[in-house]
Amino acid sequence: MTADSEVPPVVEMRGITIEFPGVKALEGVDFTLRAGEVHSLMGENGAGKSTLIKALTGVYTIASGTIAVSGVERTFRGTADAQAAGISTVYQEVNLCGNLSVGENIMLGHESRVAGRIDWRSTHREAARHLENLGVQIDTRSLLSSHSIALQQLVAISRAMVTDSKVLVLDEPTSSLDRSEVEQLFGVMRDLRDRGVAILFVTHFLDQVYEISDRLTVLRNGKLVAEHPVSEVPRAELISLMIGRELDELQALSRASVRTVDRTDAPVLSATQLGRKGSLNPVDVDVYEGEVIGIAGLLGSGRTELARLLYGADRADTGRLEMHGRPARITTPRNAIDNRIAFSSEDRRAEGIIGDLTVAENIVLGLQAKRGWLRKVRNPERVVAEYMDALGVTPADPHRLIRELSGGNQQKVLLARWLATAPQLIILDEPTRGIDIGAKADIQRKVAELSNAGLSVVFISSELEEVLRISQRVVVMRDRHKIGELASNDIEVADLVDFIAHDTIKKPESVA
Amino acid sequence: MKRIFKHRMTWPIIALLVLVLVNTIARPSFISVTVQGDKLYGPIIDILRNSAPLMLVALGMTIVIATRGIDLSVGAIMAVSGAVALTIIEGSPAPDSLATVMIAATAGVLVALVLGVWNGFLVSVVGIQPIIATLVLMLAGRGIALLITGGFITTINSDPYKFMAQGYLIGLPFALFVSIAAVIAVALIERRTALGVLTEAVGINPEASRLAGVRSRSIIWAAYAVSGLLAGIAGILYSSNIMAADANAAGLYIELDAILAVVLGGTSLMGGKFSIAGTVIGVFTIQTLKSTITFLGVPPAVSPLFLAIVVVIVVLVQSPQLRDRLSRAVRRVRRGPATPTLTDSGAEAAQ
Ligand SMILES: Nc1ncnc2c1ncn2[C@@H]1O[C@H](COP(=O)(O)OP(=O)(O)OP(=O)(O)O)[C@@H](O)[C@H]1O
Ligand SMILES: [Mg+2]
Repeated sequence: MTADSEVPPVVEMRGITIEFPGVKALEGVDFTLRAGEVHSLMGENGAGKSTLIKALTGVYTIASGTIAVSGVERTFRGTADAQAAGISTVYQEVNLCGNLSVGENIMLGHESRVAGRIDWRSTHREAARHLENLGVQIDTRSLLSSHSIALQQLVAISRAMVTDSKVLVLDEPTSSLDRSEVEQLFGVMRDLRDRGVAILFVTHFLDQVYEISDRLTVLRNGKLVAEHPVSEVPRAELISLMIGRELDELQALSRASVRTVDRTDAPVLSATQLGRKGSLNPVDVDVYEGEVIGIAGLLGSGRTELARLLYGADRADTGRLEMHGRPARITTPRNAIDNRIAFSSEDRRAEGIIGDLTVAENIVLGLQAKRGWLRKVRNPERVVAEYMDALGVTPADPHRLIRELSGGNQQKVLLARWLATAPQLIILDEPTRGIDIGAKADIQRKVAELSNAGLSVVFISSELEEVLRISQRVVVMRDRHKIGELASNDIEVADLVDFIAHDTIKKPESVA
Repeated sequence: MKRIFKHRMTWPIIALLVLVLVNTIARPSFISVTVQGDKLYGPIIDILRNSAPLMLVALGMTIVIATRGIDLSVGAIMAVSGAVALTIIEGSPAPDSLATVMIAATAGVLVALVLGVWNGFLVSVVGIQPIIATLVLMLAGRGIALLITGGFITTINSDPYKFMAQGYLIGLPFALFVSIAAVIAVALIERRTALGVLTEAVGINPEASRLAGVRSRSIIWAAYAVSGLLAGIAGILYSSNIMAADANAAGLYIELDAILAVVLGGTSLMGGKFSIAGTVIGVFTIQTLKSTITFLGVPPAVSPLFLAIVVVIVVLVQSPQLRDRLSRAVRRVRRGPATPTLTDSGAEAAQ
């Protein structure tokens, strides 16, 4: 799929340098995007991928370097300029209006008009058509904020497809999508590529890189490391290009689930017929000490809803909870925290980070909330340093505002916040979302290590390999029901996929 | 050098200094302080004394704004607390006794606290938008004050009461001590405990704060209670200054001055990060401006316009966006090196 070398590349960035106070986010980076290719931009968290994209689309003004589009040198003064030049972008953090409808979000600025007035019916019809292309069928008049982060991501992608552009930039569009949505998206991407659109794609999933892209560019610490056709870079080499050292991927991601859990004592948390009208049908779940329970299911299957009810983020209207065999009342996050339960939401930006506070303040927040306002955490530096170090937050500056961190590093800070509260049960909803391969291994290892030390974990992820790798049991959800529970020891991803789809696997191992 | 210009207190301080400088040039006596007997007099001393009610109200407003709220009822609350205190003193057989005055002032402040709690209840429990919730008292409060005074402007004679706004302690106006005490108390409570940072967290991202276990309801509620309490003390000072409870004039438009002071001090109306030192500077800026207007003899009819123009200039000078554009324009001319900055539409996208 390499393009004709006669025509100039669609995008040619040369010697791009971007500096933030205290960090050189990019240093003399070259990047070339050709018509009709899918080009993956690779690198660890904080390598500068999103920054390069924002330099291209005019969000940041560049300190030095040039950007040429179709051979003509351009300076974009803002995203509108970039869009007018035919560059559509889906940013890493969904940036839509939660208080508008799905249809309005997709069509904003491109509404169908009849004699100057917006024709809402045809606008929504058009929006529905764009969603349909990605295999999504929802009411386009529903409020955007009422949908899961995955759906919002799909809406953001649809929005980028509304205009006919020659460049499509997708910054981690698949981070919270399931296989089937990813397949749909890839279908659309192939289609666009064959029509000559140049696609810039960012993901931390190596499988996806190999599946969809033609070329890749690797960044490390803000510098260009390499540009190659994908077929010429084997996986192991790609990983070492990204992290700058060898990483035995298989060793790093070894299966932690092969461990027996002592289930003689009463479960740490036990939910009986826990449910909420319109969001989750009654579910039973037990979590034992030191156990990792995975929750698997497709988008919209009720995974997140279950997590939120366990934590009291939403109020259950049926069922009851017991902790260590005694009835527990958990109707608000406060109750949960007082019971040493922690919950890391899948929606990092809206429900996780406090953007204008520093990394240190964000880490201490959970601990502080738990202690109450009167007893200020003394010497937070130690706790902060300990967890920043354990999770490898970069840059390692606790006084930086959290919103200035790369997406993956924000996620690590949130994990730090929760671990610092010393929970007995931690509910992690997509904790490795947007996290690079090295850090993902670190986090998985951390979870395994903590559960070995007695921490109970509820682990939700769209990545089934990951769920199987670190959990001892998997609760499978579909259509807001629990359809079963499997011991993860002796099933493979394919079995889990089967079960999610058909309720059965070739060798059922139900322990429920 | 660059550091200094980036610091968020720099511009508010520069604005205040410029204002003082302009005044001093216009009338050199502006910065003179004279000693008469054992008391200090002078325009600056007057500003420090007269700014006390605004200081109290603006401190409360800072905390409320930090939670993403606003308190429009502070002026009306001032009227109520003054009315309560003066009505008690007027009805007392011993208006000159310290005990009467203490009881009266405490009663006025407590009623104000109750009103603040009411505001907080409407906002944090019932969930009414702050601007509407506090509008209720803004409109009803003066009626309540009139009801308390029986529709009259209550006037009293009471030396201890008079002392609060007009008395001197070790050569300085007593009101100044009240204002300093309030600043220190608020600063200690917010910054020595975790209340300040939790308040900011709630203001920046309420949902994330709730999920992190922050008791956002109590924090918001407390902010309005504190605002009411401080407005109550301001009401006592105000009525002590004129020795009358004027339900219609007490604290009129002070909510606007207070909001302005908070904004001038660099705290965003969007909530979140707040600066008590900034508010203090903002209050002095506004009070100096008012004294300038009086001194320059700006006719009362156009003085609001004059105030508005100066405020717009000050706010513009402080605006990072504007400074940014200017410096970029300068750079474009000079073709010097650039640092990355969010362009306008970029800022939206980055949100
Ligand atoms: N607005 C900002 N202010 C200061 N530093 C920033 C800002 N935005 C990004 N950075 C820094 O620039 C570097 C590159 O960040 P960037 O977001 O481009 O990383 P990334 O490669 O997209 O990572 P991820 O995979 O985690 O999304 C990081 O060190 C980050 O902390
Ligand atoms: Mg990124």
